[in-house]
Amino acid sequence: MNRGSSVALFVTCLADTLFPDVGRATVAVLERLGCQVVFPPSQTCCGQAHVNTGYQRDALPLVRNFVATFERYDAVVAPSGSCVGSVRHQHAIVAERAGDNALAERARAVASRTFELSEYLVDRLGVTDVGATYPHTVTYHPTCHSLRMLGVGDKPLTLLRNVRGLTLLALPAAEECCGFGGTFAMKNVDTSTAMLADKIGDVLATGAEVCAASDSSCLMHIGGGLSRLRTGVRTVHLAEILAATDGAA
Amino acid sequence: MSPGDRRLLPVHAPRGVGMLRGSQSFPDAARTALADTQLRRNLGHATATIRAKRAAVVGEVADWEELREAGRSIKADTMARLDDLLIQLEERVVAAGGVVHWARDADEANSIVTRLVRAAGADEVVKVKSMATQEIGLNEALADAGIAAYETDLAELIIQLSGDRPSHILVPAIHKNRAEIRALFARTLPGVDPDLTDDPRELAAAARSHLRRRFLSAKVAVSGANFGVAETGTLAVVESEGNGRMCLTLPRTLITVMGIEKVVPTFRDLEVFLQLLPRSSTGERMNPYTSLWTGVHAGDGPEAFHLVLLDNGRTAVLSDEVGRETLHCIRCSACLNVCPVYERTGGHAYGSVYPGPIGAILSPQLTGVEDNASLPYASTLCGACYDVCPVKIDIPSILVHLRAEHVEAQRRERRVPTPEAILMAAAAWTLADPGRWQNAQTAIRAGRALGRRRDKDAGRIRALPGPLAAWTAARDAPRPPAETFRQWWARTRGGAS
Repeated sequence: MNRGSSVALFVTCLADTLFPDVGRATVAVLERLGCQVVFPPSQTCCGQAHVNTGYQRDALPLVRNFVATFERYDAVVAPSGSCVGSVRHQHAIVAERAGDNALAERARAVASRTFELSEYLVDRLGVTDVGATYPHTVTYHPTCHSLRMLGVGDKPLTLLRNVRGLTLLALPAAEECCGFGGTFAMKNVDTSTAMLADKIGDVLATGAEVCAASDSSCLMHIGGGLSRLRTGVRTVHLAEILAATDGAA
Repeated sequence: MSPGDRRLLPVHAPRGVGMLRGSQSFPDAARTALADTQLRRNLGHATATIRAKRAAVVGEVADWEELREAGRSIKADTMARLDDLLIQLEERVVAAGGVVHWARDADEANSIVTRLVRAAGADEVVKVKSMATQEIGLNEALADAGIAAYETDLAELIIQLSGDRPSHILVPAIHKNRAEIRALFARTLPGVDPDLTDDPRELAAAARSHLRRRFLSAKVAVSGANFGVAETGTLAVVESEGNGRMCLTLPRTLITVMGIEKVVPTFRDLEVFLQLLPRSSTGERMNPYTSLWTGVHAGDGPEAFHLVLLDNGRTAVLSDEVGRETLHCIRCSACLNVCPVYERTGGHAYGSVYPGPIGAILSPQLTGVEDNASLPYASTLCGACYDVCPVKIDIPSILVHLRAEHVEAQRRERRVPTPEAILMAAAAWTLADPGRWQNAQTAIRAGRALGRRRDKDAGRIRALPGPLAAWTAARDAPRPPAETFRQWWARTRGGAS
């Protein structure tokens, strides 16, 4: 147990701009557990979209900004498996490719202190019951980067199982990609849509009211499909469920 | 090595020969495949079956992770001294009575094999299933020289009879179901029973009686190789049907075309790979036929053995520190079977004879990335391929690396940047500075006008303008909120941090 810790929130550019509720919920959960949350305002974006599209040179100033912003903190927490994956597995590579080995060293140091939310709650704080109440049926999509890049395992599910009122419904073929893939969703829109169609089929097969995940980007994709098809199923970020104490979100 | 030096290496697979380049970009070819109902059904069924089989037989091996690590490290060691090992392999093969030929590329390999077949006085050859000979378009080159090549692997026979292209490394006819195969056999096999049904046993029997005549008459066989042992000069072919063994033992002359990366240092190394390969590939504990041969032996098997060592771009792959891991591949196709993209598009969409995740990193490196520029993008980077790879090739990282190589090549070769490059540069400029980013967020908030405030469409955007229209072609977009997170933070926490 490591309560009273000081945590720097990396909200991610996507949540900051389009899903601020996810950022507010992350703050709420961490503060409820006794953390001192700070929001370094010089933060912008991890650069993942640039790196994954091939623009590593363009990503370099973003890596530099991330490192300069966060290297003074003992712990950095982000509500996104793929952004943390980028910080942990890509920042040093981007720096090295540009020949900046000093930056690569600093990037590795920051990366070792950067955590996805469920990792931080379960591994660092040692908490599996965050005191949330959420009286809904929920199915959980584990997202590829949380699952395979970070190896968060069943930490998100453990957290959800301890939420009061929540009924967790197993998602068939849960570990299969939803088809988002960053710019893949645009460059290969047909294949992306075919994958999304199957994911939506699996979500609907559970009969859940809510499809949850730990990445706003995957949720934007899945939610965009669920909304377009008027399925009536909502997408909600894990942080929002963990923040709920009165069943709202 | 500077990029300039790298371009001096004249080692990419040449254009105009072989099957490493498609005629369409991946997204275009995929669009066609996605609309093929039969293909989608066949692939979905086949990949799900083989995935489950693999998971079951891998799950029962307690030291699977150690085996994978052993496979990876043997391959890494091999690549680090590939030149020495190849020379050792040549010495051992020659000492055992074989002849070794070095082929820089597909054209050289094809002309070596053509010359050898002619010298053997043959105008037909039987073939063992082989990726290397598909890669170089050997059958087509032989046909041009008036030599008929008969595929003897059942699935390759199906592909050859239908004038199709393989769509999977291990099961090249995965896109066809048995009803389609029955119709094909009824149409193309001479003397076939007109009452042939689509029972797999009957289909196999029809192919068997057709092939038996070929085995008995052929003077020359052509094979690939799964492994070539430097220590002993032993070649290995791993297969399921036994047709390969017929080819390897019956004809008087055996010609083996082997990619230079298939060498392993010692005989004992086979212990690792013969465990990894069948479980990853067919989902079997052990494959039915493993043929090993060392040179020639009087009165036993072929009288003449030729080994053609093929480069065709592999040295270029080896010269790339990040990409060279691709050469560790043992062609098991586990990555195809778990790939959510492959499962939906099938193999033809990749253009090359190497489809799926491994093809998306191998083909662009063999041809030079600009000749297969859409392939590194044919992945969501979900990482399922990396998890199952028996030699731990980090396919997602190599995909990302090749995307960067492509962007840099474009930057070098184009006078005017692509629209995407301009967009990415603008986005990076904006995101590199928190002040500029806040201004951009204000602009994004103007997008609220695209969504409706009330009624059934509240909170959604049905159509976005410009390049973002690709998003709303299939999905709604969220309406930007009235307040960003950082604005909320500044308002409620007084901007303190």
